[in-house]
Amino acid sequence: MSGEHASSPVAAQVRHVEALLEERGWLAPGEVDERIDAFAAGGSPAHGAAIVARAWTDPGYRERLLADGNAAIAELGYSMGGALQEQKLTVMANGPDEHHVVVCTLCSCYPIALLGPSPGWYKSEAYRSRVVRDPRGVLREFGVELPATTRITVWDASAESRYLVLPRRPDGTDGLGEEELAGLVTRKGLIGTALV
Amino acid sequence: MSRINDVGGMVGFPAIVEEPDEPAFHADWEAHVVALNGAMLRRGVYNLDEFRDAIERIPPEEYLAASYYEKWFRAITTLLAEKGIATPEELAGA
Repeated sequence: MSGEHASSPVAAQVRHVEALLEERGWLAPGEVDERIDAFAAGGSPAHGAAIVARAWTDPGYRERLLADGNAAIAELGYSMGGALQEQKLTVMANGPDEHHVVVCTLCSCYPIALLGPSPGWYKSEAYRSRVVRDPRGVLREFGVELPATTRITVWDASAESRYLVLPRRPDGTDGLGEEELAGLVTRKGLIGTALV
Repeated sequence: MSRINDVGGMVGFPAIVEEPDEPAFHADWEAHVVALNGAMLRRGVYNLDEFRDAIERIPPEEYLAASYYEKWFRAITTLLAEKGIATPEELAGA
């Protein structure tokens, strides 16, 4: 987090509204800072990567994950209940002829608990508008070239329903342990804009 | 009726820009806006659907010009005024 915009007009407006709310008792002193710390300590793409690595190494887990995302991530200590109400998690597995990619066309719904804060491009009108019309072209912009025979499914997230992609385990990783495998998984792979 | 936020399939948007090593927030005030919103939601000043609605009814030209967290802040102040927490003048610091 840089302070470079600290003197921007918005920064001053935010400080003003915060002070006003504190003065009127709608915000406790220190509450904002506590929330910022809690947010920073919250979700991380490492959580999503750990889930994927388990699914790659444990076929039973993979089956449970695809059948009921919320129950399966709870086995590893994760939850989609960080907001005021629990969100339904659906996990879709990529396959030899099948690729999945996630968007929130209306805004920015995203499994923050498993991926951390979303990247700017995910929230951009460019991604939201285009990936549903031309997923293959958009994936190509991300460097993902899929055979014409691969079926691409685009999942549109909502307030109640969130999605996570289970990428294909890369070839030549038979000797790797769960932790090393998790290290291969990227945030984009979990959204579907990268292969792993 | 669809509103400006409903951009799925809309044509005319440019190529997608990825920012390498993007930080979670680009300025401190963005983190403050997220925290502020969380506090108001927990306190029941407004709910998540109302917040979303307040973003979606930002006039199209402003919606498209504003950054992500500028939209959030605009929605928060709209709701604070509508809920009678403070007047628009007080919120603007006028």
